[in-house]
Amino acid sequence: MSVVTKIVRAQTRDALRSRWLIVYATFFFLLTEGVIRFSGDGAKAILTLSSATLIVVPLVTLVLSTIHVYNAREFTELLLAQPIRRSVLFKGLYLGLALPLAAGFIAGVSLPFLLHGGGDPAYRAAMITLVATGSALTFIFTAISFSIALFAEDRLRGLGIALGVWLLVGLLYDGLVLVAVAVFADYPIERPILALTFANPVDLARVLLLLKLDVAALMGYTGAVFQRVFSGPLGPSLAAGMLGLWIAVPLAVGARQFRRKDF
Amino acid sequence: MIEISKLTKRFGDHEVLRGVDLTVDRGRVMGIVGPNGAGKTTLIKTLLGLCQPTSGDILLDGRSILGTESSYRAHIGYMPQIARFPENLTALELFDMVRDLRGTPGVLDASLLRGFALESQLDKPLRVLSSGTRQKVNACLALLFQPSLLVLDEPTAGLDPLSSAILKDRLLSLRGDGVTVLVASHIMSELEELCDDVAFLLDGVTRFAGPIGELTSTTRQANLERAIAALMIREVA
Repeated sequence: MSVVTKIVRAQTRDALRSRWLIVYATFFFLLTEGVIRFSGDGAKAILTLSSATLIVVPLVTLVLSTIHVYNAREFTELLLAQPIRRSVLFKGLYLGLALPLAAGFIAGVSLPFLLHGGGDPAYRAAMITLVATGSALTFIFTAISFSIALFAEDRLRGLGIALGVWLLVGLLYDGLVLVAVAVFADYPIERPILALTFANPVDLARVLLLLKLDVAALMGYTGAVFQRVFSGPLGPSLAAGMLGLWIAVPLAVGARQFRRKDF
Repeated sequence: MIEISKLTKRFGDHEVLRGVDLTVDRGRVMGIVGPNGAGKTTLIKTLLGLCQPTSGDILLDGRSILGTESSYRAHIGYMPQIARFPENLTALELFDMVRDLRGTPGVLDASLLRGFALESQLDKPLRVLSSGTRQKVNACLALLFQPSLLVLDEPTAGLDPLSSAILKDRLLSLRGDGVTVLVASHIMSELEELCDDVAFLLDGVTRFAGPIGELTSTTRQANLERAIAALMIREVA
């Protein structure tokens, strides 16, 4: 068994016994259960869950991960004093945090559907997309949190940056895009707008989910442009690929910071 | 044997270490003293590879530890000042985790375990243990892999007098076995009890390094505390 797996196993054991993970999974379980009871297990339910996922997953992941990295600072130093390479330790610490968080989300959302007989077969692909997208967001924002916590020595400042990132990508982004569209209305701006979608993982995730559900009306401006440019099967795979890149790049940045940091 | 030469470390504009030279022979116990901010912890962290020095070198038994090599740490036991562990693991699981990571079956120090009366605490989550008990776990972890070099940062902080005495006795018996020990501490009487040598750091430079007896006789003081105080007054004046 590799050293990374060993670190992940110990970290996961710690996380599975902690209260925050149970609260997080229970939240999604109750939400999903409630949504299924009120609006059935079809498109409407998945749409409601998508909106909640796009807001809650980045927020909870950013806050919990950032706090966790600061809290684990002393223990991280102890592990760094062991004969383990830094790059290996970073992988272990990252996965040890991202995997339990993703598992909490997946369990919370999937269990109610399984209990209700697997959900509407017509929307099973959308359901799987929802679970996959939420997991991808977890991996993305865990990586970003590591990067923030390694950058800011002061934990209050780090938490502030994390919340700022969430406000920007989760809430303000579409508004800012609309302002940009209004200001530059006289110019051909479809391409720049597409670039803006790629620049925000939450926006990408939303476009991906809504493409799967085929509800362009709810896509916002960037989503509508995206759908028009990338019609057919190209759109979802492009959005998914970009999400993958959004995991890889912050992770590479975090790993580099971790390798060079003076603890 | 540790040979530190011309070690400097700069954090932005702040130069914490400004050319530290220090040699610690095998089987010696060296105390590191100095006022807050003198660079004691930075020196220790550099030795452990937690910090990369700006310039200078550290040789361990003749081989430089700088660079990406991590295997030299297999022979080092480290007891940090603040013991914080994953909250929901037990001490036994913590020991198993580190054993697992190292891939070596470390043996718990039986005399320390008995002296600390730690057995009954080992299967409780680390979060419910008192800070003193966690410090005992910290000491056991540092000794888990029969290190040939022990690095201790304020080892007795938070320990009750009995546990503190037990730890010191253990350290003295380890010295008898040829283990090299580095102790950073503010408690001079403790260093006097434990150490052969002492290094006095001030503003990132070694102002004195040598046997305690030499320091007390050259400063004409009765004990280490007075001798260090005399050095500090002389440096400030």
